[in-house]
Formats: sequence, structure tokens, C-alpha cells
Amino acid sequence: MKDDVENREDRVANLKGLGCSRKRVEDARFTQGKGNYVDDIKLDGMIFGDFVRSPYAHARIKSIDAAAALEVPGVLAVLTAKDLEPLGLHWMPTLAGDKQMVLADGKVLFQGQEVAFVVAEDRYAAADGIELVEVDYEELPVIVDPFEALQSDVVLREDLDPNAPGAHGPRKHPNHIFTWEAGDKEPTEEVLANADVVAEASMYYHRTHPCPLETCGCVASMDKVNGKLTLWGTFQAPHAIRTVVSLISGIEEHNIRVISPDIGGGFGNKVGAYPGYVCSVVASIVTGKPVKWIEDRMDNLMTTAFARDYHMKGRISATKEGKITALQCHVTADHGGFDACADPTKFPAGFMNICTGSYDIPTAYLEVDGVYTNKAPGGVSYRCSFRVTEAVYFIERMIEVLAIELDMDAAELRRINFIRKEQFPYTAALGWEYDSGDYHTAWEKALKAVDYEGLRAEQAHRVEDFKAGKTRSLMGIGLSFFTEIVGAGPVKNCDILGLGMFDSCEIRIHPTGSAIARLGTISQGQGHATTFAQILASEIGLPADSITIEEGDTDTAPYGLGTYGSRSTPVAGAATAMAGRKIRAKAQMIAAYLLEVHDDDVEFDVDRFVVKGAPERFKTMKDIAFAAYNQAIPGIEPGLEAVSYYDPPNMTYPFGAYVCVMDIDVDTGVPEIRRFYALDDCGTRINPMIIEGQVHGGLTEALAVAMGQEIAYDDMGNVKTGTLMDFFLPTAWEVPNYETDYTVTPSPHHPIGAKGVGESPHVGGVPCFSNAIQDAFRPFGNRHTNMPHDHWRIWKTANALGLHD
Amino acid sequence: MSKKMHITLTVNGKEEEFLAEPRELLIYTLRERLNITGPHIGCETSHCGACTVTLNGKSVKSCTMFVAQADGAEVTTIEGIGGPDSLHPLQEAFKEHHGLQCGYCTPGMITRAVKLLEENPNPTEEEIRFGMAGNLCRCTGYQNIVKSILAAAAEMNAAKEAAE
Repeated sequence: MKDDVENREDRVANLKGLGCSRKRVEDARFTQGKGNYVDDIKLDGMIFGDFVRSPYAHARIKSIDAAAALEVPGVLAVLTAKDLEPLGLHWMPTLAGDKQMVLADGKVLFQGQEVAFVVAEDRYAAADGIELVEVDYEELPVIVDPFEALQSDVVLREDLDPNAPGAHGPRKHPNHIFTWEAGDKEPTEEVLANADVVAEASMYYHRTHPCPLETCGCVASMDKVNGKLTLWGTFQAPHAIRTVVSLISGIEEHNIRVISPDIGGGFGNKVGAYPGYVCSVVASIVTGKPVKWIEDRMDNLMTTAFARDYHMKGRISATKEGKITALQCHVTADHGGFDACADPTKFPAGFMNICTGSYDIPTAYLEVDGVYTNKAPGGVSYRCSFRVTEAVYFIERMIEVLAIELDMDAAELRRINFIRKEQFPYTAALGWEYDSGDYHTAWEKALKAVDYEGLRAEQAHRVEDFKAGKTRSLMGIGLSFFTEIVGAGPVKNCDILGLGMFDSCEIRIHPTGSAIARLGTISQGQGHATTFAQILASEIGLPADSITIEEGDTDTAPYGLGTYGSRSTPVAGAATAMAGRKIRAKAQMIAAYLLEVHDDDVEFDVDRFVVKGAPERFKTMKDIAFAAYNQAIPGIEPGLEAVSYYDPPNMTYPFGAYVCVMDIDVDTGVPEIRRFYALDDCGTRINPMIIEGQVHGGLTEALAVAMGQEIAYDDMGNVKTGTLMDFFLPTAWEVPNYETDYTVTPSPHHPIGAKGVGESPHVGGVPCFSNAIQDAFRPFGNRHTNMPHDHWRIWKTANALGLHD
Repeated sequence: MSKKMHITLTVNGKEEEFLAEPRELLIYTLRERLNITGPHIGCETSHCGACTVTLNGKSVKSCTMFVAQADGAEVTTIEGIGGPDSLHPLQEAFKEHHGLQCGYCTPGMITRAVKLLEENPNPTEEEIRFGMAGNLCRCTGYQNIVKSILAAAAEMNAAKEAAE
């Protein structure tokens, strides 16, 4: 028998399981141009829909005249709110408990808002039709500032009763959405009032956008003969979309099939439900034809799912020695015209209450006020778990400001305040129970790797040279230590629209020893087909290369809440391992039968069950699979399948230590990233190659956000950054090489100890880049300047500090 | 509607002939008319390069070129670069060095890289970063793309040397 002669090491390697930098199975099709993205889908008789969008940020719609548009050859229909109203589809629920207009119902609340849906035989005809739809607008006063919104007499949401509470409690003003609190208000204020040292900062985390390279889109196909609706689309949560479509359309859920094909990046942009999906479904029902809707880049940047727009005010107190005693944070959150944040229901500000960061802070208080303005709705988690980027940026800036106040080294200040290894599981002042961590080890490793003391000495020397007129370049050392909170989450406190945030995996082993596994998640580039097969390979002892992973088809995959907030590995990855263990349990009984011993007398070893104490007597998983389908085994059903729905007992808490070294030309404002070191601890590492790739990508998106990327509005509510001409996406030229490193602190409650990594580098990267800029100017009196640090703003920072005098 | 124009075009070695409106964009011709869906649409303003093709020996962003301007041209897309039985060394290298994630930019990226290595068979990292700056990737941070192109260049040069 061939298996017999292979040594154990070879058998482990053959599986390509956990810890293997397995090459991606997705890449063959992508490198040959054979991906299947939503815009690649072509169906017989397919027609196209596109929107008439509002040029105004706030206006009443007096009339819409589609007569001329309907004269255009190829234009088939023009839908307005009036057409959707009889179906009850002119408004739709948002994920945040609010409602949103599908098509403008009497007024528009942001520039680019969907006003009418033109359906035509091809895209050119649709574009011609859009030009000819006459909309008569009456302009209304525009509010783009949330502080002004809370003072103004102008009511943005006339559809809401100003005195009625919102989805998250009482409202303070017609333009106010919610107040959300965590922690202890009075005790925190008391500590702050009596503290040795208090540092304060006001910071604006600007509005930006996930901007995946593929925009959002869908194809809706209503088969009137069979009563079945098929909806292909760029959905990060296909099962949730099916449920939402069923609830709002009244079509029974078994008659709806939602398919997420290949997705060209998501980063949070593709979590929500958008008017384009609803209109495509309606248009398909009306015309009886498949309808495709694909955003163009301007539509994408202007309307679907912005991220952040948090005005944060913080106070932090410490003893003279630097031990932090309290933290207070107030956020004014600009949610735009509708509250369409994608957060678990009970968390209208996401997990912003992770803002005590990696530090042992005894007392804290957080208050968030959500506000309506005349901007696009959204507030999604752009490459982060719910609002965690905001939280980590906040605390990592507060630490730096406190270090200035204490005249202390910021690395040392972090070190003396970290939650210690022996304190885990650690309950933070704002409520979360951190499952595990070893922050000091990671921090020491990072500082040593970059020769932190050497860098500080070089920086001091540079400042002297600058003051002596020998150089016009300053050096910044950016530090950040982050703790993420990912893997939403326990069903007891995490749901979206009432759907518990578990996830799932279903496995079928084929008779010849290969398998298919289906999950409730959906890859958007993370490489699930590669990594989930690795988890299974280690669990069930069949090679990853013999396991197909399938996601995204609601007719075949088990129900799950999808991929965002780094939840795939923590939740669906756990379900995969648990389903694998069910397979293994049955396999054990089959093996025992075949080996004619008691169940307890065999044990699992890599790819087989062996008789305890007699390793020469074994059955491989391949043998067992065959037997499962071909032998009548008393007391055991034929077949080898399992399904697991996994409700995680807790979130996971990946962490990391980042250091960035920059040189900044004071006269041009141009920064040069000299070095970026990133240490990540994501627990058990499934595929180091993919982890490294995720870190590179997350850091690059962090660079973008910190250094220039924003959705900016003028006072009239016009989007000033609606194309890639104005919206910064870094090119290969601007991006440095990153040094990656790691420690491994497995999650104690996750079946394989993995924590998720896709978003960590973004969460930790943004403050690291920003801190590098701010640190360069610290010797000249800088405390805080807002992102994005583009060349112009860096120049202005230098100028305001008198460095051009 | 303006009068349709008579267009002939060679795409991946195959001659195509059709009537098109003057406003028809080359990417539309490729994707909708010829069903060549490797090149993607990412920005429609020439910034992202997802639609990159080779046209008469030059890298071109097909989202901002009218097909009428391409009349008589030779066009190569990712589909013409290498298939399952004969992968181009760049396709191999992108797989080997994790030079892609979501795959959306990849066809344009590889198409551009093929051209870059034709123009400069032995590029430095800096030359690659400059030469690829017209192709955006949101996933990889470019580090592994650069690595892939360097590896492919080395591979192609070694193969060339061996052949000589």
C-alpha cells in the first residue's frame, strides 16, 4: 500500500492544510480573463437600467416628464416613485432601522440621488433617455455640516415625525438620528476633573469611500412562467439580500435565488441594499425581461456607501507617570440623508466602543450623536469591522496627544498602559471582553525590528540640522498599536435586520475521497476557495487540492450573513472546522468498523484513522469515504456529509504593532515613506502568503485614506471628488514596500484559534501613517492636524507652524 | 442617431467586421459586441487601467477610445496572451507570487505588463512601478505585482538565453 510508506511529514505536506502558503485556486481563471463578474453576465433578451440622478443636494421635485425620453428608440420604460408606490417599493428599509427612498418621493436629499430609472435595450439608449427626462426641481437650503444641521430650522426628513423616537431611541432635533452611549458618564467626568494631566483633541475623520475597482451592479431576471426571481449581484451578503428582497417584494423566499458571482473587491461597499437592486427587480417584473444595472464610477463614489465622516472630541487623563486613568469621547456622526449604516442592529455606531484600544483604561465614556445632512447615505465599514477604524484612529491619536502633554515618548506611554498578558480575558471599561492578547511581546519585537532608539536619535539629529538650516526635510516616526474587534458575532447581541450573525458550512465527501464544501460567506478577493479548503484539509485529512469550495448561490449554499468585518474566518471558518469535525466523528465509526475494533480504539492521524498502538493498521480518509458509500455498516447511515451553523461565543481580537518612518519635504509638503514595518497577530495562521497579501493591501488602503483619499463636498452639497481624477487611489508609484512580521496568540474560543486579518492592516495603518506626519511636526508644536495629509495640507501644517518663515 | 460606420478590426488574431455608431467605445465593442470580457470597466476616465488592451503595439485604455479610432487596428486582450495550455510567463508569475486578489484589475495589469516587458525586458523595480502606474489595484498594494513582473522578466530572459 503506497500510503504506508509515506512518512508523516510528507502526508502533512500533501494535505496543504493549515499553515501552508498554498497557491490560490482562483488565480487560473482570473489571470486568463475568465473571471465571471456581474457585468460579464449575459442573458437572452437582457435590457439595461440606469438612473436619472439629482444634480441638487436638497430640492423639491415639482414634476417629472418622461415623454421625450420614451420617444428615444430603444427606451422601453421610465420608472418613477409614482410607479413604485402602488407596489410599496418607492421606499425601502435600510440596514440601520431607517428607510430610504428607492426613487425620489417628492424631494431629494443628496446630490446624485436616484430620481427615475430608465430602462432601455442597450446602455447607449438608456443614456440618451436619461438626458431627456425633464425634472423640475425647486431648490431648498442645503446643509452639509452636521453641527449646523442640529441648529437649523430646515428639516431634512419631512417624512419623519419630529417628536417620535427613531430606531435607536429619542431624537433631540428633527435632523438628529440617535444618541448612543457606552460606559460611565459621571465617574469618567469625575476622574477627568481631578486628574494630574488631561489632554484634549478634536479630530475629524473625513468622509471617504471603499471604491472597489468593480462598482456595484446586478442582473434581475423574473421568470414569470415559474414565478422565480434570480438576482445576480455584487453582494457581500447574498443570503441577507434574499431575505430583504423577499420581505420588501412579497415574493416568497424559496422563489428567490440570489447569486454573488466573482466580486471585484468589496471593502464594505457591497454590504448594503441599493435602489439599483430594487429598480432592476421591478423593471424585470414589469418588462418580463432580465434587467442589468451597473454603476459607473461617479455613481459609485457619489451615492453608494461612503465610509466614516466622524467628528470626534476626546479627553484623556493620566497620572504624572503616564498611567491612563480615564477616557472620554464624543462623536458627531454625519450619516447623510438616510441612516443607511451597515451595523449590527444594537450598535448604531458600530463597535466604536472599542475606542479604549489596547490599553488598560479603568474608566471611560462614549457618546455618539447621529445626524442627517444633505450628503449621500452610507457609513459602512471600509475595510474594517464596524466603525473600528474610527475607534482605533481616535485612541491612537489621543495617546500621541497625551504623550505630548506628558512630554513623554509615545512608545513608552503605550508600553506602560497596555493590557498585560495575564489580564486576558479582559473586560474593557466600555464593555467588550477581549479574548486574548500579548501586546508587550509584539511591541518589543516591533521596536527592536526597526531599531526604535536609533530612529529617535536620527530624528533628533535631523531636527537640529533643520533648526541650523542644514536641511529642509523633517523625519516622522509613526507608531500605532491596534486591537481590532472582528467576527460579528454572537447572535445574542449581533443581528442585522433581525438576522442573527452566525455563519455556516456544509460539506459533502464524494465516494472517491474528494469533497465539496459550501459556505454562507462570499469571497471578494480574500481567497476563500483556497483557505477554507486548507482548514478542512487539516480537519478531515483529505488534500486541499481535492476540496472544492463554493459560496454565493443561495439555492445551494447554507444560510450565512456574508463577508465583511473580517468575519469569514472567525465565523464561517469556525463553522467549517466544526462541520469537518462532524465528518471526522462519523469517519471514526466507519474506520473502527472496517478495522474491526471499538470506536475508541482508533485515533485520527493526519489523513487516516489508526488503531491505537498499532500504526500499521489504519484506514485512510479516502478508504473511509469509499466505504461510507459502498458498505452496509450496521447502525450507520450511508453517506458522509455534515453541516454546521456556528454562533461564535465571542468576537475575536486581532492586534498588531506598526511603525512607519517618513521624510517630509517642508517646502513642498511631499512625504516619502522610507520604511513601513507591520507586525500582525491574527492568531493561528491559515495561509501565510494570503495573510501577507491582505496586509499589503490593507496598508495601501490605509495609505490612501491617511494621505489623500476623501469624498469632499462644497457648501452647495456638490461632490467635489466624484471621479478617479479627484479621488485618490494610490498607484504602484506612491506605494512603498512593506515589511511584514507576526506573533501568534491563538483565539481561545475559536476552533482553530484564528482571528481574521483582512482588515487589521487598514485599521492599524491609518493612524500609523497619520502619526508619522504628526510626529515629524511635534518638535515644532504640532498637536493634531486632520487627515487626509495630502501635499497641500502637509504644506499648510508646516506653514501654520511657522516653518516657512 | 448618427450614421453607422463600417469598422474592421483584428482582435486576438481574428478579423471582425461590423457597423457601429461613431460613439461606440472600444471596450463596449470588445465586451458587448465580441463577448471578450477579460478587459473590465473600472473608471471610464482612463485612470484605472482595468480595460487595458494592446492596440497596434501600444498599451491603450479601451474605455476612452472610440472603436472608430481603432478601425483597421490589431488588438490584443488578455484572452490573446495565453490560455490554459500555454500560459504566458506573466500569468504564471502572477499566480506564483500572489500578484492578484479579487482579479478585477488582473487582465489589464497583465496585458500592460506584457507590453512593459516587450519595451524593457530587464526593468528595475522603479521602472516597473513607473511603467505600471496607469493600472490601479485596490487589493494587493502592488508589492506582489512588482515581484511577479520581476520574476517573469527573469524567467523570460533565462528562456531567451537558453534558446540562443
